Amino acid sequence: MASLDYIRLDHGSGGKLSYRLIKDLFLPHFANEPLKKLDDSAVLSLSHKKVAFTTDSYVVDPLFFPGGDIGKLAVCGTVNDIAMSGAVPVYISAGFIIEEGFPIYELERIIISMEKSAAEAVVDIVTGDTKVVPKGKADKLFINTAGIGIILDNVDISSANAQIGDTVILSGYIGDHGIAVMSKREGLSYKTEIVSDVAPLHAIIEGLMQSGIEIHSLRDPTRGGLASSLNEIAAKSNVGIMIEEEKIPVRKEVTSVCDLLGFDPLYVANEGKFIAVLPACHAPEALEIIKTHEYGKNAEIIGEVTEEHKKKVILNTEIGGKRIIDMLTGEQLPRIC
Amino acid sequence: MCLAVPMKLIQFEGVNGVVESDGVIMDVNIMLIEEPKIGDYLIIHAGFAIQKLDEKEALETINLFKELRDESE
Amino acid sequence: MKYKDEFRNKHEIRKYVDRIGEKAADRSISLMEVCGTHTMAISHYGIRNMMPEYLRLISGPGCPVCVTPNSYIDHAIALAKLDDVIITTFGDMMRVPGSTSSLEHVRSNGADIKIVYSAMNAVEIAEANPLKTVVFLGVGFETTAPTIAASIKVADECKIKNYYVLSAHKVMPPAMESLVLNKKIGIDGFICPGHVSTVIGSLPYSFLAEKYNKACVISGFEPVDICASILMLVEQVTDGNPRIEIQYKRAVKPEGNPAALKMMYDVFEPCDSEWRGIGLIKESGLKIKNEYKGFDAYDAIEVETEPLKELNGCICGDVLQGLKFPYECGLFKTVCTPENPVGACMVSSEGTCAAYYRYENNWT
Repeated sequence: MASLDYIRLDHGSGGKLSYRLIKDLFLPHFANEPLKKLDDSAVLSLSHKKVAFTTDSYVVDPLFFPGGDIGKLAVCGTVNDIAMSGAVPVYISAGFIIEEGFPIYELERIIISMEKSAAEAVVDIVTGDTKVVPKGKADKLFINTAGIGIILDNVDISSANAQIGDTVILSGYIGDHGIAVMSKREGLSYKTEIVSDVAPLHAIIEGLMQSGIEIHSLRDPTRGGLASSLNEIAAKSNVGIMIEEEKIPVRKEVTSVCDLLGFDPLYVANEGKFIAVLPACHAPEALEIIKTHEYGKNAEIIGEVTEEHKKKVILNTEIGGKRIIDMLTGEQLPRIC
Repeated sequence: MCLAVPMKLIQFEGVNGVVESDGVIMDVNIMLIEEPKIGDYLIIHAGFAIQKLDEKEALETINLFKELRDESE
Repeated sequence: MKYKDEFRNKHEIRKYVDRIGEKAADRSISLMEVCGTHTMAISHYGIRNMMPEYLRLISGPGCPVCVTPNSYIDHAIALAKLDDVIITTFGDMMRVPGSTSSLEHVRSNGADIKIVYSAMNAVEIAEANPLKTVVFLGVGFETTAPTIAASIKVADECKIKNYYVLSAHKVMPPAMESLVLNKKIGIDGFICPGHVSTVIGSLPYSFLAEKYNKACVISGFEPVDICASILMLVEQVTDGNPRIEIQYKRAVKPEGNPAALKMMYDVFEPCDSEWRGIGLIKESGLKIKNEYKGFDAYDAIEVETEPLKELNGCICGDVLQGLKFPYECGLFKTVCTPENPVGACMVSSEGTCAAYYRYENNWT
């Protein structure tokens, strides 16, 4: 194999090859002043005292899926975690753990994807790291990120802040990401036009913050799906949540695939959606603001926070019955029964 | 005990069928179906079609439901 | 016509529920569903708590995963630990507890276990890995058994010599008879399994009405189907006219699917079978016939399994037969949870305990 086409162990050793990799592959795409210095840490100035700080690791398989890739996922996922605290994301770090033999052109594709996503989210990738492990010691590529965002004055958003009487808004269709990623896995021979919803939500959240509307909780329903995020809010705020099944937007294709495999869309991962919990009187206005954005145009009011059945999430089913929505207990597996 | 869904047969060659529902397309084995035709709705379970859906019966069932609903209104 | 949305009308369901209330009046009626997918649908749509108080909907042994005994899991695990064996299985089996372990557990310790959606995937895996021994875990009732039989026939025709099936297949009618004969369980009628019946038709249930005077309705899975079936059963009971009726007419013919039945009985033949918690039921299982012995994992592969260990306090057997509700089990929700299942009723998504844990009655 040509020496410059694939990642070798030497690329992670801190020597000449490492330096060339950073200079030729990373720097052209993550261009910003702090990063260019290539110091051991990025030195940053922040305009506000309160910051949101998050970390995440991305191990998605396959690396490239309909609608995105691990790089886009890493940037958007980090940006969204920051945004869920009501913060404006500003800086991201990116650490790469690469399996020996990984094709460099694929790494470049991923880096370019991160550049695009970072530009859309208006964040800089200011520091990073690269390690290479022997073949078989990692599944192609893992990315770890950390992110910093600034919290504006008078913003206090937390899963523990939901209050009785609040309205629950969901920003759009659920289940797209999980179903899109799974369609590329072996053994599941279905084809679908569904693409991942992976997207940065910072602009919608900033729009909400700037409107002055009091928001109590924000949550992005990633792994574990809508059901798990709602349960987290109910548990931490010590309230009940009641959801209307008819109001939850799910694409027909997603329902179809879920029916085939025995999955419940409520537990399928999303990467470009959020839940907002806020006082009922402000809900219509907030909904309007969310719907003006590309990534929020299918938003719906899906339920409310209640005093009854504290710490539990209840669904009013489309046929007029009721059932409990529990947290996801383990990964959903395709079943026949 | 049997997760099975109705899907429409849109193509087939020998025992290899292609079915569709709401934009989702799947390859299934149709060797358990006698005289399959394009446009048939099949019940799909574990990668196989296990029975054809009878449209006439389906419409009759739906009508029965509607009758009950409209009866006492 | 989509065959889905048309059967979910809220108003129709309300009307059925009202009718059921009127017809059943104050009479105590017990109906058993013997299909895990029905158990799930009833819980999923909240149908159980829409029914009048005196109408008991009991969940029976309708989940093939739940009735698979520990010994089968132990056998599968022992095979998984052998060198050069690939276990292929439906996702349902991964978390079922055996005597001391589960397939998921041994996979995390390095065993080669692949989840497949169809038995044909398993045959493809065997073809692609000629030096490996590929064993497919054949679990399921008459809905699934013909598809497994088909996989064996295809492997035979294509001369694939490294594909084997470990059969735990079971058939419903003998189990239903054993439930009727159990004096402790009082059943007035059965919601009969819809998809099993697309294969076997309605005739195999006749003895339940003729010999035992039980009402039987073969039901579809959409909420309107289930409510319509419950009304039909209530009418059979109150009119004193038990018989076999098909509600799921769009998918079930009285003769079933002859091609699927032929496929199943070309490859399998009835045998006595162990049902977890119930015990041995005669002629209730399916084993691979002699002509296809070469594909029988029990026959062809020698392996030692660990000593069988049954769990203390687990009353899956009573729950499976509708003798006890899940919340009458001391382990329910305390020790036995979906994250940490003790018995199969909790592990399988269609298990009674799993359905009750997730959906029923816990919000009061």
